[in-house]
Amino acid sequence: MTNFIDRRLNPKGKSLANRQRFIRRARAEIKEAVQKSLKDRTVSDFAKNQKISIPTKSTKEPRFRLDPSAGGENERVLPGNKDFVEGDQIKKPRQGDGQGRGKDASTSGEGEDDFSFTLSQDEILDIFFEDLELPNLIKTALKEIKSYSWRRAGLTTSGSPTQINLVRTMRNSFGRRMAMRRPKEDDIEVLRQRVLELRCGATPDADKREVIAELEEEIARMEHRRKWVPFLDPVDVRFNAFQQQPIPTSRAVMFCLMDVSGSMGEREKDLAKRFFMLLHLFLRRRYDRLDIVFIRHTHDAQEVDEHTFFYSRQSGGTIVSTALEEMKKIVAERYNTGEWNIYAAQASDGYTQTGDASRCVDLLNQDLMPICQYYAYIEILDEREMEVFSSEESGAELWRAYRTVAKDWKNFATKRIAKPQDIFPVFRELFAKEGTEAKV
Amino acid sequence: MNEHEPLFTGAEWDFPLLQRVFGAIEDIGLNDLKLDVYPNQIEIIASEQMLDAYSAHGMPLMYHHWSFGKIFAREETMYNKGWSALAYEIVINSNPCIAYLMEENTMTMQALVMAHACFGHNHFFKNNYLFRQWTNAEAILDYLAFSKKYVAACEEKYGAEQVELILDSAHTLMEQGVFRYRRPPRPSRAQREERLRKRRQYEEESFNDIWRTLPGAARDMSADLASVDEDETVGLHAQMNLPEENIIYFLEKHSPVLKNWQREILRVVRNVAQYFYPQMQTKVMNEGCATFVHHYIMNELYDRGQIGAGSMLEFMHSHSSVVMQPGFDDSRYYGINPYALGFAMMSDIKRISEAPTPEDKEWFPDFAGKGDWRDVLKHAWANYRDESFIQQFLSPKVMRDLKLFAVRDGAEDPVYTVAAIHNESGYRKLRTSLARLYDLSSHQPDIQVVGANLAGDRTLTIRHNRHRGIPLAQGNKDAVLKHVRRLWGYSVELEEPES
Repeated sequence: MTNFIDRRLNPKGKSLANRQRFIRRARAEIKEAVQKSLKDRTVSDFAKNQKISIPTKSTKEPRFRLDPSAGGENERVLPGNKDFVEGDQIKKPRQGDGQGRGKDASTSGEGEDDFSFTLSQDEILDIFFEDLELPNLIKTALKEIKSYSWRRAGLTTSGSPTQINLVRTMRNSFGRRMAMRRPKEDDIEVLRQRVLELRCGATPDADKREVIAELEEEIARMEHRRKWVPFLDPVDVRFNAFQQQPIPTSRAVMFCLMDVSGSMGEREKDLAKRFFMLLHLFLRRRYDRLDIVFIRHTHDAQEVDEHTFFYSRQSGGTIVSTALEEMKKIVAERYNTGEWNIYAAQASDGYTQTGDASRCVDLLNQDLMPICQYYAYIEILDEREMEVFSSEESGAELWRAYRTVAKDWKNFATKRIAKPQDIFPVFRELFAKEGTEAKV
Repeated sequence: MNEHEPLFTGAEWDFPLLQRVFGAIEDIGLNDLKLDVYPNQIEIIASEQMLDAYSAHGMPLMYHHWSFGKIFAREETMYNKGWSALAYEIVINSNPCIAYLMEENTMTMQALVMAHACFGHNHFFKNNYLFRQWTNAEAILDYLAFSKKYVAACEEKYGAEQVELILDSAHTLMEQGVFRYRRPPRPSRAQREERLRKRRQYEEESFNDIWRTLPGAARDMSADLASVDEDETVGLHAQMNLPEENIIYFLEKHSPVLKNWQREILRVVRNVAQYFYPQMQTKVMNEGCATFVHHYIMNELYDRGQIGAGSMLEFMHSHSSVVMQPGFDDSRYYGINPYALGFAMMSDIKRISEAPTPEDKEWFPDFAGKGDWRDVLKHAWANYRDESFIQQFLSPKVMRDLKLFAVRDGAEDPVYTVAAIHNESGYRKLRTSLARLYDLSSHQPDIQVVGANLAGDRTLTIRHNRHRGIPLAQGNKDAVLKHVRRLWGYSVELEEPES
């Protein structure tokens, strides 16, 4: 007697331990690959499963291998001869032409193909945010327990009788009956009626008997067909399908504020984009639902889509407070502070109209900071300025003004960056686990 | 002629149906083909579990190591992107013989796979001399369970990093971690001394001074004594059984730096390598046997009316893609397909037994026209490995069908030379060339430990004996030597004499 064992329900992920070991081993390379892929991605779709390629350096498994190209004589047997005869000579491809196929074609070990595999979202994020945590995660809605609700999800062919979708089922049945030419009850009734009429009169003569016999045969045929093509066949039946959907227990909105006036060049915008990306990634992990609002400003602020935000040009003066006003307006219109966690990140080169800085401070102190979970201000400088403003105290008007806000609000942070390399350390510092010193 | 109703018609399967179909297959396998198999245990698994099994050499249990995770990551990506399909089954050389079937398979595929794995592979595992000699089907699962626990315990006790170092190094030497030949047990030191003592005693007893007076005799005697002396001085080498081709075994027994748990881990890796060694030498035969068996059984089921024409077509489709052999200039060409070669040769053995041509009678006088192809095949399955099987059984017809040709590639030559093709003058040459390709020693380097200077600076000497003058690949060589150095603890030298 043979044993059949159903293992399908056994726990899956038997190789998880191996996978974790692998990722731990290739950590440095994976990290680098993930960072590199930052460039090509938009703020919001970065955190998806993605294929990455890493150099095989740390995960190489060397073996003793023979290298027939380096010496000696080798003989091979190949199938599919077409016109070769014994003694034919075939020119060798030049070095490098046809080499790439063998597993260990390269001799140095350096030229081997990169190793490609898919990194799950969780793994990507873990790599980014190891020992990071947003401060002030205070709202009760932030609990990580998910609850689910049932949502309609189309139709299925199997399910419990209580979920039968009558309309669809009957529509299928009707279509099938038409296609299969199922005789109608009414039609049979008409024939029966005629038989009855014919029988009713005097004793039927031979002609009538023949007609009756024909009609009865027809009735029998139709009835047989009715049995053969049932009114309702199992193939007709459709059930309503339901699916579990997570109810967003916590929602967040992230405001990206950026100065797009002429003083902000490609470089500045690129730096800002990276910062926003990182913030988005982090928030994504905390919240089921995350909205992003892009607000750009010159002397005037408006809400725009992501592409416009980063790539379209606009000239004008610089009034930072307009962006804060716009944000305040949007919050009031769309984001009820009881349901939404509000995060804001502002990027600027630090210039604003004289006198505007104090208005910004007022807006922040009175309207925005009380409702924001976190407000990060990054000032993008060039490297020369970075040296000039080496101390925290010195800086342009906006910087100095924001310093005063930072004193009053713990959830307000200010940072300066000048190079792409500055971003990650800054980010880590901003969101370093409370109580632990930021490591760079 | 249909004796039976078809066992199934649709693609769906369930367990009672599997059981019925298995019964029909078993009937043909045992009563018609007269196969001799281990009891079968069939497990249905989902695709993700198949990926799990893939990454651990196809075994249900395996110790943890990052390299398995790497395989898993790659296979998963390939599978999810649709670049590669998963195998329909995995079968394990154990008693009972465990076969994994994928739940996605249709009923026809399940039938094919059961015939293939549970009878083809199973019979081969149980009967082939290499498996009988080198693997222990009864114990393998228990051993793997032990080794998994042992490695986990070591990780717990000495740290995962420490264990990983040893496993990394051992894995690089896996191909050099198998015994290729059984040797008589070496006499222990005590036995050797006893032998020497007996010899001296015999010499003393049978001493006759007259022999001394013969010219030249004295010199012989002293040479004899010198060799005894030498035996004492090289006692260390002799004790270490040098030269030794199983490098992991050597390091496990004689490395001056390894701790006991590290030696045990080397032993685990070595045992796993040894377990898989017969499979590497019998790819063509093993797959050929399984393919031949499933082909025969499915056709027989069809002839008996137990499967319908639809199933038969589905089977033919999948069977023909399994045994397809693209030509060397085809973009799909990836070496000789062991399924294709094995199946072609075994079908041809059947043909030669039943309806030989004059050519066959000349080439295979032993069995041409004898009719009992089952016995011929079973004899071949039991007593040959790929190399000897090809050397003995590759027929001119198969060479012609596959249009085989041999190409000589000298590293110094500017051109490849066609050495033989599928014609009268080439058959024998071609057959020998192909057989040699399946001799592992022709593409795995012959590497041996030849010296360990334990009295001096403890340098370990390893020698690569070049086969046909082919040297080791440079980059890998140095990387592997670093691992040998880690396990030996002192410097390691590799000699690679020119010829």
